[in-house]
Amino acid sequence: MEKLRQLFFWVDDRLHVSKLFESTAGHHVPKSSGSWFYVFGSATLLCFMIQVATGICLALIYQPSASEAYASLEYLSYEVPLGWYLRAVHNWGSNFMVGIMLIHMTQVFLFGAYKYPREITWLSGCVLLFLTLGMAFTGQVLRFDEDAYWGLGIGASIMGRFPFFGQEMVNMMLGGPIIAGQTLSRFFTLHVFVLPGAIIALVSLHLRMVLTKGINEYPKPGILVDRKTYDAHYQTILRKEGVPFVPHAIDKDLMAAGFVILAIFFLAAFDGPKMPNGPADPTQIDTVPRPDFFFLWIFALAALLPPYMETFVLLVGPVVASIILFTLPFFNNTGEKSWRRRPIAVITVILLWVGFSVLTYLGKTSPWSPEMKAWTADPTPAEFIKGRTPLELQGALVLQYKQCRACHAIDGIGGHRGPDLADVGMRLTEPQLVRQVIQGGGNMPAYGKNLTREETTALTAYLVSLRPPGIPPARDSTLPAKPAVEQPLANAQ
Amino acid sequence: MDPETPSTPPQTPPAPCEGCKGTRRDFLLKLGVGLNVAAGAMIGIPIAGYVASILVEKYPLEWINLGPLSKFAEGTTTLASYLNPYRRTWDGETDLIPCWVRRLPDDPKEGVKFQVFAINCTHLGCPVRWFEESQLFLCPCHGGAYYADGSHASGPPPRGLFEYEYKIENDSLFVKGGLLPTLAHTTP
Repeated sequence: MEKLRQLFFWVDDRLHVSKLFESTAGHHVPKSSGSWFYVFGSATLLCFMIQVATGICLALIYQPSASEAYASLEYLSYEVPLGWYLRAVHNWGSNFMVGIMLIHMTQVFLFGAYKYPREITWLSGCVLLFLTLGMAFTGQVLRFDEDAYWGLGIGASIMGRFPFFGQEMVNMMLGGPIIAGQTLSRFFTLHVFVLPGAIIALVSLHLRMVLTKGINEYPKPGILVDRKTYDAHYQTILRKEGVPFVPHAIDKDLMAAGFVILAIFFLAAFDGPKMPNGPADPTQIDTVPRPDFFFLWIFALAALLPPYMETFVLLVGPVVASIILFTLPFFNNTGEKSWRRRPIAVITVILLWVGFSVLTYLGKTSPWSPEMKAWTADPTPAEFIKGRTPLELQGALVLQYKQCRACHAIDGIGGHRGPDLADVGMRLTEPQLVRQVIQGGGNMPAYGKNLTREETTALTAYLVSLRPPGIPPARDSTLPAKPAVEQPLANAQ
Repeated sequence: MDPETPSTPPQTPPAPCEGCKGTRRDFLLKLGVGLNVAAGAMIGIPIAGYVASILVEKYPLEWINLGPLSKFAEGTTTLASYLNPYRRTWDGETDLIPCWVRRLPDDPKEGVKFQVFAINCTHLGCPVRWFEESQLFLCPCHGGAYYADGSHASGPPPRGLFEYEYKIENDSLFVKGGLLPTLAHTTP
């Protein structure tokens, strides 16, 4: 025992371990900061460490070559012992890293931690946000499947919208004029060298700031930050109720870390890795490209923005968002920290989370995309066929054959880009339907050149018959109403 | 740094080499800094040049043979593909670039006429698909639609499909290609 003690003292004398401990892990924090709300920063860092560890393992097998990447992923997933598990952990680790980082950021914002004197802590955190999203995008490219290939196409198309130097931006992103081998090399370099290196540097700065400027105390309503008095105030808190981070405030961080690791383990073990969805073969165009979870909201935004403002929002939006993020601690440097007295901050957070969630949901369901296989795969429910005249039945065939259902559902079955046609007969009159079919409009292509006169007649006859039971067809409101006599026809009997 | 210690009045730090102006040490210091700046530039400038060279590099389009005219029936639109002129051996399947070839009904006056469209939607580059029955190109990403002649039909695309320049030589169809068409460069 004595020998061990002596050994420890010798090591400590040479390496100054205990001094290092005092100034880092053992530094004093306000007791109030040992809160469940303060676990998300360390949990994000934990995720990053999991990503580094699993990433290094994956790089032992993965081939960053456009011709080999896909095969090496399959080999990794099916042949290498536990390769599938490490891929799954890396995938779920990335989901958790982005998710927990956003929660961390929300908490820091609501607790006013970005205010004096922790501006640099916030700024470094914002850079880390962008770097982490960069990791998410570049990581998705390394899967080098169809989604990766067309995702690069989307990225390049956004770059191409830059005025004056659009083509240079495209070349810079792709490493050439077209998506090819050099594109994957670029994203591999970013994903395993540049971005992780930058993350390590920024995390060091971020943690250094936590040590020099201290962790934010749990804000109390009514205690305002004043540049003149805050430092003394913080020191008083530390003197009165400061505790060393290790071992007195790390308990909850450890609990959170344990739960995060367990969650990643369970999801990885039971859900498995995200498999590539087909090799990056551009001639295989029977594909429905979708970005990974984190970028579905941008995907949705690109579909929903009016075309005239799209380029502006795509190019200027990120700049404006960055400016707001980076200047926040300067125009809102002092004053109230508690979210209980910062209603605008609370509303901002709610709006952002609701906004991003809705856009992500829309991106996931993407109702604006045509159902490419609807015309061959989707049935017409029987009640929309029953009791129809031969002309109307012919119209039902035209509707199916001309792929109207790529965009128009019948009773919910089919595409959702245009209105559901189940009750179109009570909304539009026959002349209106003819006009709409022939001329298009309201985001519908014109079919005038593509339908014969007979096809149009049959189609509109069928469309008029699509009405709920007992409802007469739509009529021209400028004409006097005819007494309702006939119309026994209805969708369902 | 520590707010507890009474702040000392700011002192001007001593010059790094006080009273050594003109000495050998001063000379070596300056020479050392100069040497490192020069040596750093010799490494740093080529690194910057290497990374930025892509910005000045030009990728002229090249004429590519899409095959004999007989491959494309009159009045149809078919998928064709060609090898990217800038391909490398490690490109894998990405070296094959698809495009839509529309052969118009032969005109007795002007002869054989084509329209060759890029596969990429003009909105955000996803692959458009041709539907013979409805005579439309549809995009699976955000629902852009184009008519048979490539003009914009509906959805978010800001313009019609990107169109290749083409020529007919020795009974074969040639297109000028080699890059990913975007709004910055609208001829692929």
